[in-house]
Amino acid sequence: MSTELIDAGVAAKVVARALSSGGEFAEVFAERRSGLTMTVDESRVESVQSGTEEGAGVRVIDDGTTYFAHVDGLDPAELERAASEAAGALRGARAEPRALQAAAASPQPIERRPEDVPPERKAALLRELDDRGRGEGGEVAQLRASYAEARREVTVANSEGLLTGDDRTRVRIGVQAVARRDERAETGAETLGGHRGFELFDDDPGAIAAGAARQALTLLDAGAAPTGSMPVVVGGGFGGVLFHEMTGHGLEADHVQKGASVYAGRIGETVAQPLLSAYDDGRLPGEWGSDAIDDEGTPTQKTLLIENGRLTSYLYDRLRAERDGVPSTGNGRRESFRHLPIPRMTNTYIAPGEDTPEAMIGEVERGFYAVSFAGGQVDPATGDFVFGVSEGYLIEGGKVTRPCRGATLIGNCRDALAAIDAVGSDFWMKTGICGKGGQHIPVGTGQGHVRIGAMTVGGTEL
Amino acid sequence: MSARPANGAVGLELANRAVEAAVAAGAGAAEAYAGEATTREVRVYGGEVESLTAAAQRGVGVRAWIGGRVGYGFGTDLSPEGVGTIAARAVDAAQVADEDEFAGPPERAGEVPELAGLSDPSIGEWPTPRVVELALAVESSALEADPRVVAVEQAVYFDSADRVAIASSTGLAGEFEASSCYAYLQALAEGAGGRETGLGFGLGRGPAVLDAAAIGREGAERATAMIGASKPSSRSCPAVLDPTVAASFVGIIGGAVGADAVQRGRSPLAGRLGEEVASEAFVLHDDGLTPEGIASSPLDGEGVPRRHTALIEAGRLQTYLHDTYTARRAGAASTGNADRRGYRSQPSVSASNLVVRPGSAGFEELLRQAGEGVYITDVTGLHSGVNPVSGIFSVGASGRLIRDGELAEPVREFTIASDLVSMLRAVRAAGAASRWVPFGGSVSTPCLLIGEMAVSGS
Repeated sequence: MSTELIDAGVAAKVVARALSSGGEFAEVFAERRSGLTMTVDESRVESVQSGTEEGAGVRVIDDGTTYFAHVDGLDPAELERAASEAAGALRGARAEPRALQAAAASPQPIERRPEDVPPERKAALLRELDDRGRGEGGEVAQLRASYAEARREVTVANSEGLLTGDDRTRVRIGVQAVARRDERAETGAETLGGHRGFELFDDDPGAIAAGAARQALTLLDAGAAPTGSMPVVVGGGFGGVLFHEMTGHGLEADHVQKGASVYAGRIGETVAQPLLSAYDDGRLPGEWGSDAIDDEGTPTQKTLLIENGRLTSYLYDRLRAERDGVPSTGNGRRESFRHLPIPRMTNTYIAPGEDTPEAMIGEVERGFYAVSFAGGQVDPATGDFVFGVSEGYLIEGGKVTRPCRGATLIGNCRDALAAIDAVGSDFWMKTGICGKGGQHIPVGTGQGHVRIGAMTVGGTEL
Repeated sequence: MSARPANGAVGLELANRAVEAAVAAGAGAAEAYAGEATTREVRVYGGEVESLTAAAQRGVGVRAWIGGRVGYGFGTDLSPEGVGTIAARAVDAAQVADEDEFAGPPERAGEVPELAGLSDPSIGEWPTPRVVELALAVESSALEADPRVVAVEQAVYFDSADRVAIASSTGLAGEFEASSCYAYLQALAEGAGGRETGLGFGLGRGPAVLDAAAIGREGAERATAMIGASKPSSRSCPAVLDPTVAASFVGIIGGAVGADAVQRGRSPLAGRLGEEVASEAFVLHDDGLTPEGIASSPLDGEGVPRRHTALIEAGRLQTYLHDTYTARRAGAASTGNADRRGYRSQPSVSASNLVVRPGSAGFEELLRQAGEGVYITDVTGLHSGVNPVSGIFSVGASGRLIRDGELAEPVREFTIASDLVSMLRAVRAAGAASRWVPFGGSVSTPCLLIGEMAVSGS
């Protein structure tokens, strides 16, 4: 395990200093972040950038209030200063932390460390993406591909005696293609990433460039999107962002405890049809949203969120778990040592069902097929959501007929989740970056195809 | 609370040291950006402090050129060895990049403007208990404003005091300080069997300019105004965009006038210099010098003096925004629009403060001119619903119907769709009262009346 960022003696002193003016709980989170990014644009490798940041965040919790200070650098004197800073607003008597006991965590295995791969090999990967994407057709006018590797070594120590750490390595490539015909310009995008090493790119990484280019080319032939309420079939993989946004955020315990979630007080109630079960699983091997521990040192776990349509659990960090008198579900995550942990999803997915995409499309007289999304947004308090469709088609007479551009799906999660009437067995996961409270973290989303019986498509056709 | 960074001061001396280290490591030319920020944040909920954060950040970023190849390195270790490692990384990165004939360090360009008022002393003068009180007042004023406001999901105060130093091997050297702060809340209102949220916010250079009561009232008004909202029927009609909504779109236009997007064929405004892209009622400037604008500074992110640039006037596109690279590529001069998000990122073209010229119509007059239409107070899904290359958009919206020139019932769960240029050409009037909005960058805009917009609901 990797507790070498700060040694146990320093961690103990920092935690003790943080509790020197009282408080029920104190913690130091130390981190080293290093990474390399580069892009190919206009067929030129550029924006090559590498950096390393070190720092720590110290928090003290007292009577429901969190006092937090963070500093750059891991110098023991700096860490103690941060601890004094966090404790500075407290006026109580010294509290005693428990002795630290090292707890082993098993980081995700990395076969080929990205930093051991020469940067020229990464540049070659980008050129391969560029060639593959542009090779899809002469109308591919622009292509930009990016490569990113990031390592986060973390150590967490707290006043309950926990001392643990994790060593996280993620790699990701992304491609955005622009296709042009006369005055028309359309875009396509694809990504491939994981909590993995460079071995992730052994198996035809160029396929995502071809996919992005084909999406842009397809949209050149797209007509206006339909408008109105209709059945919507959603594609697998990143289609899971629909569940992530419309339900996942509403299950995060911070929203729930403030009553700012449509799922507050509804554990045990039926929120979806019996064919739907869903999980959050931070342990899935190699997945983008996986870690050995969350950013409070709690081991990640597989949490059943919805079992056959019935709501079974919220997602907790330590603070919110304590308030509800339940154990943390290992969902206390933070963007970096500069942020406080809050309840966040890891890899969230609708479990595979029994339907096939062909059958669920075949039953639709007139509807919309959203293959993938550009992203989405939800207000957990009201449940109102909106999704931008990046690749969508019209369904007529049980068949996918023509591509549509500029479609938006809009609705309320209570209605939309209950309206899911088919779940596909063709399951896969995709990578996403989730923003909440100004913090951006890697999350996995997944599902097979699903069908929503009725949903509003906001198109461009009146 | 005030956290001060140790480990040496962030200033020109550090930046120069980093430049020298990069040149010693083999760079033909180099530039360094050193940044330091002292921040605090207060989050309150239910009349109590939920969290109190004090923080110090500092680091340095180095750009190194080897001929036309450029690389970037950054880090937080400001010791001599640490800075040496950062500089060497930048040089290593440059060796991986391809040659680009237009790449090169910025040259000294003109006088550096003297900008007063970028740092508000009230940040240092207001101790933490006083800004905690401000955050609590934001929350309580929303709760007191209307009995239908049942809770405030969160009320937040944040401030930051920043220091920046930039130096290059081509003789550029400059440093400045600036401060900023904001407060916002998300109010929850209940009624008509439903629940609504409303955002209220204020921003400035220091806490003394924030009006806690007004911020709270705005959140309450926005939330309660939506009670009982229903889905409108689909229609094509005039739309009045409130300043927060107008700013979101103006921010996207600010991206489209960036020369980088234009040169790389990713802007709906590419190839349209001098063309009619808007109605005469829509006048847009980029102003990097106005003290009220949070993005103002004497120097841009690569040390070139900021300036004031007319973007759209008399309906025509006047210029694109440039940094040193795009200017060289276009055979133009930098407009001082190299932007960066601190030492972790290399500079890229971005608008500074986007300022929409106010018109003469008051709010009631705009509604009268709209006649039958919709008043949009919120849009969602902008990052996924706008195609930045084609300018075509379809985004979620909510607001009020306009009937007989007056505000009528609230509406939600509908989309508005158009493309950016069509929308700008359809601007019929700009309101008289402008407001600074932190969406879409830093934008000052009044309400805008759009002659025709596609609304899809039921």
